Amino acid sequence: MAMQFYASPEQITRDRSEYARKGIARGRSAIVLSYDDGVLFVAENLSKALHKVSEIYDRIGFAAVGRYNEFENLRSAGVRMADMRGYSYDRRDVTGRGLANAYAQTLGAIFSDQSKPFEVEICVAEVGATADRDELYRLTYDGSVQDEPGRMAMGGQAEAIGGVLKERHEAGMSLEAALHLAVEALTSVGGENGAPRTLAADQLEVAVLDRRRVGRTFRRITGAALTALLTPPAEGTPAAAPDGPPADSPAAG
Amino acid sequence: MAAGLDPSWRLPVAFATPGTSSFTEFLNMAAPDLLPGNRAVPRSAENVAPHGTTIVAISYREGVILAGDRRATMGNLIASRDIEKVHAADAYSLIGIAGTAGVGIELMRLFQVELEHYEKIEGAMLSLDGKANRLATMIRGNLGAALQGLAVIPLFAGFDLDAPTGRAPGRIFSFDIAGGLYEETAGYEAIGSGSLFAKSALKKRYAAGATQADAIRMAVEALYDAADDDTATGGPDLIRGIYPVVMTATAEGTHRLTDDETAAVARAVVEARNAQPGG
Repeated sequence: MAMQFYASPEQITRDRSEYARKGIARGRSAIVLSYDDGVLFVAENLSKALHKVSEIYDRIGFAAVGRYNEFENLRSAGVRMADMRGYSYDRRDVTGRGLANAYAQTLGAIFSDQSKPFEVEICVAEVGATADRDELYRLTYDGSVQDEPGRMAMGGQAEAIGGVLKERHEAGMSLEAALHLAVEALTSVGGENGAPRTLAADQLEVAVLDRRRVGRTFRRITGAALTALLTPPAEGTPAAAPDGPPADSPAAG
Repeated sequence: MAAGLDPSWRLPVAFATPGTSSFTEFLNMAAPDLLPGNRAVPRSAENVAPHGTTIVAISYREGVILAGDRRATMGNLIASRDIEKVHAADAYSLIGIAGTAGVGIELMRLFQVELEHYEKIEGAMLSLDGKANRLATMIRGNLGAALQGLAVIPLFAGFDLDAPTGRAPGRIFSFDIAGGLYEETAGYEAIGSGSLFAKSALKKRYAAGATQADAIRMAVEALYDAADDDTATGGPDLIRGIYPVVMTATAEGTHRLTDDETAAVARAVVEARNAQPGG
């Protein structure tokens, strides 16, 4: 008969947490923060095709760090849930809180029932009518949820990055100021001898939930629009407005 | 089970199963009761539900127009004076429906979610032909109900982002109840009970490469002609201020003309018909 070794629940939980934390800490970071016209997502991502930031629903966005296959699975499950809710009830009945709850339950169950926890940390963000009504939920590998106050950082060295954000983030920042802050926060860690690194536009994945839009508010900021936002503007000239998809988004049927 | 909810609040297993980027196929797996094709229909369901009537589509220089009257009928009665039968399917395409209104509206909503779902899961939009094919499949799924009297026929039009240069970017697709898909290369098409008259009017007025203003006028004229000869199609209702729904799809995306804009065109058409009733 095979010998059953006893391991205490504390030991198991500790081991799994440590395993998940190590996996997450290896990855590049992502930042989510509120600005005057919406919610900004900035992730360090070299890939143009494998996204860390995506659209879930009209006013809900998703950002994740960690193992791609695991958070991609959660992302598509979230899109399915949101679309099914919106289809069977109404588009307004799809909320970030509901989605965060479902993710929390799912991650919690995976953490305790499966032999390997998900090595992911995700953010579900819902843009509100005003900056103080934005909702940012941080979901960790063990299913715990935290409601974040308008800004959050995830991934490797999240604490150091979060420290920079906490110090300098204000609710009424412009998109440009918020983006500059996010990039400075990301580059403040990981440089040689504590010196800040530099990140070019093609190393960043940037998207916003624009609170001024009706219908689908998510849009990516890429290419020339992103470069224009990243370059400090000359004195007195406003930065170019980012490109967006057409003004009319699909009607809420 | 409430839609998409597991009693434990966890995401149900079906949600996390890797698979298709089609919302319809996903529903078929996770909640088949939400799909239109999966319901028993009484042997004959004719005249039990309101019917939507005439939709016209016109391709013009910058894109395509889809316009519809506002009437729904039930037998000889008017069921609705202000139903909207033309909607944006996604950012670059439009859908209009004729036939059983309830089935059509459900189908249209499902189609909208289908396109959006694909776009979100895949991170890219379906091609215009892909969208049309998808819609054809959904119509085919309704064939059983259609034969029992709950037929619905859509008209699909969109701005083709991949259109080769020199070809009109606005494309129109029509369907039959068996799911047949036909691209209308003539540049215009109409469906619904008044389509015969609307199409006859367009045949005489249509010119390829029309401007947007001309195309809008043509669409409203065609709907007027349909309403003139078909009792189930509603003309512009100047008394109540109910005018046709006119939508465009261009490189800038889809756009619904405001009520004031359509009112101005509709009034001009009515004015012209005062002098010349045949248009």
